[in-house]
Amino acid sequence: MSAASSGGASRDGYGSALLEMIDDDNVVVLEADLGKSTKSCLFRKEKPSHTVSLGIAEQNMMLVAAGMATSGYVPFASTFAIFTERGFEQVRNGIARPNIVVHICGSHGGIHTGTDGSSAQSIEDLAIYRTLPNMTVIHPCDDISTKALTLSLRHHKNPSYMRTARNKVMRAYTEESANQLEIGKGHVHRTGNDVAIIACGVMLNEAKNAAEILSNNGIEATVVDMHTIKPLDSELVDKLAQECGAIVTAEDHSVIGGLGGAVAECVVSMNPVPIERIGVQDRFGESGGSDELLELLGMKADDIVSAAHRAIERK
Amino acid sequence: MVHRVGAGHPGGSLSAIDMLTALYGHQLRVDPDNPQWGDRDRFIMSKGHASPGVYSILHERGFISEDDMSSYRKLGGTCQGHVDMKWCPGVDFSAGSLGMGLSFGIGCAIAASLDDSNRTAWVMLGDGELQEGQVWEGVMAAVHHEIGNLKVIVDRNGIQNDDFCEVQMRMFDVSEKFASFGWAVMEIDGHDMNEIVNAIDWANQVTDGPACIVMHTIKGKGVSFMENNPKFHGAAPSDEQFELAMEELS
Repeated sequence: MSAASSGGASRDGYGSALLEMIDDDNVVVLEADLGKSTKSCLFRKEKPSHTVSLGIAEQNMMLVAAGMATSGYVPFASTFAIFTERGFEQVRNGIARPNIVVHICGSHGGIHTGTDGSSAQSIEDLAIYRTLPNMTVIHPCDDISTKALTLSLRHHKNPSYMRTARNKVMRAYTEESANQLEIGKGHVHRTGNDVAIIACGVMLNEAKNAAEILSNNGIEATVVDMHTIKPLDSELVDKLAQECGAIVTAEDHSVIGGLGGAVAECVVSMNPVPIERIGVQDRFGESGGSDELLELLGMKADDIVSAAHRAIERK
Repeated sequence: MVHRVGAGHPGGSLSAIDMLTALYGHQLRVDPDNPQWGDRDRFIMSKGHASPGVYSILHERGFISEDDMSSYRKLGGTCQGHVDMKWCPGVDFSAGSLGMGLSFGIGCAIAASLDDSNRTAWVMLGDGELQEGQVWEGVMAAVHHEIGNLKVIVDRNGIQNDDFCEVQMRMFDVSEKFASFGWAVMEIDGHDMNEIVNAIDWANQVTDGPACIVMHTIKGKGVSFMENNPKFHGAAPSDEQFELAMEELS
C-alpha cells in the first residue's frame, strides 16, 4: 500500500492529543506497560508526574483510573484493545456502572494489527463496550481525526472506550476538516443516492475506494465515517436509509455486535432497508500482513462493492 | 435491617463493625453535612456485601436517616444491597464485585499526592477477597509507587460464601504475604478496641509506603448462633433468631 506510507496511524493521533493536553494538570495518563505502542509514552516523557505506569496489570489500571477520576482528575488509560478486555468486568462495575469519567484507549484493535496473530487482534471490543450503559464508544479512522476526537473527550461527560489501530492508513481528514468532528455525529465524506456505505476505522479507506469503483459503474454511494459507534448517530442512519434505500457497513471487527450490529438495530426500528455487513464473519484472525488479512477475510474494497450490489438488488 | 428484608450479609458486617466504629469515630476526616467534600479522607469498603455494617455507621454519623436504613435492598433504596457511591451519601466506592477496592484506593491516594493533600485512603478487604488476582496487582503497585497515604485493613474472619476459607482456598499467613511485597504490616485482634485504635495510629505513622492491618475477627461477632458459622455469610436470621440476636447484642 504505497499511499498508506504517507498516511497516519490512529494511535499516533492519540499520542499527539495527549501531548497537546500537557499543560492541563487535571489530565493524567495511565499505562500498562505498552506505552511505546499505544503512544502514551509521548506524554510520559514530557510529564512523568502525571503518568502512572501500572505494569502488565490491566484490571488494576482500570480501577486506579476510576479512583483518580473521583478525585477530580481526567484519566486517559491505555493498553492494547485486546487487553482492555481482561479488565472488562472492572470497566463494567468500576467505571460504567457508577458512571465515572475514565477514558480508555485500546490500541492495535482489529485484524489490521496483522502479524502478531489472532491473540492480539481484538474483533469484539466495540461490541462488548457498546453493551455498557453510560459508555461512549469511538473508533476513528486516521491519526488526524483521532487527535481531534481524543481532545474532545477532555470535557466529555461520560466514560469512553476508543479503539485505535496500529498501522498507517491514508488520511481521510485535514486538521481543518477534523476540527468539525463531533462525538456522536457521523461525518459524510461523499454523497450518492444508490447506496450508503457506513464505515469506521481503517475500513473507511476501503469504503472510499469501493465508492470510486461503484461510481465507475454508474452507482453512486454515500460514504460515512461513523467514528462514534455509541451513541450512534441514528438520525443520520435513518436519513441514509430513506435517501439511499440500501446500506453496507464496513468495520475491522466481528460483524456481530459492532458497527454493523448497531446500524442494523437502528434501521430495523425506524425505516427498514436491506443491510449488508462487511467485517470479520464470526471467526478469529491469524498472522499475516494487513492487506493479506483484509483479502482473506473478505474485507477489501471489492468485497464492499459486491455487498453494495447485493444490498441494492434486495431493495 | 437484614432481618427486615430477609436477605443480606450479617456475618461480615459484625466482624468488621468494631474497626468501622473506630475509623469513623476516631480517624476519618469526613463531613456528614458535605459528603462530597473534595478533601475528605476516603473509605473504600471493598467487601461491599458488608453494607449493613457500613450503613449502620453512616447512620450513626448522620450521613443517612432511619428511613434510608429502612430502604435496604428495596426498590429505589438509598441503601442498595452492596454499598454504592451513586446511591448513598458518604459511600466513596461502588462495590459488590470483590477485588476492586484496593485499586480504587490506590487511585484516590495517588490523586491526593498530586493535590499535595494529606488526605488518606483507607480500604477494607475481606480475607476471601484476597483470592482475587487483582488484589495482588494492587499490592504490587502500591509498593512500587511508594504510596504512603494508603492504608489497608484485612478482615481476617476466616469464612467466605461457601465455607471456611481454609476449605475453599488456603491463604496461609496473610501478613507474611503483604510483608513479602514490601508492605508494613501489623496484626491485631479486630475486636479489641485498644488494639484497633493503636493499629490505626501506627498506620498513620507509616508514610514511606502502604500499611496493612490484618485484623483477626470472628464472623458474626456478638451473636452466638452466627459466630464463626459459614451459614451466616449471606443469610438473614429468622424471627426467633432475630429476637435472640438483639438480646445478645444489647
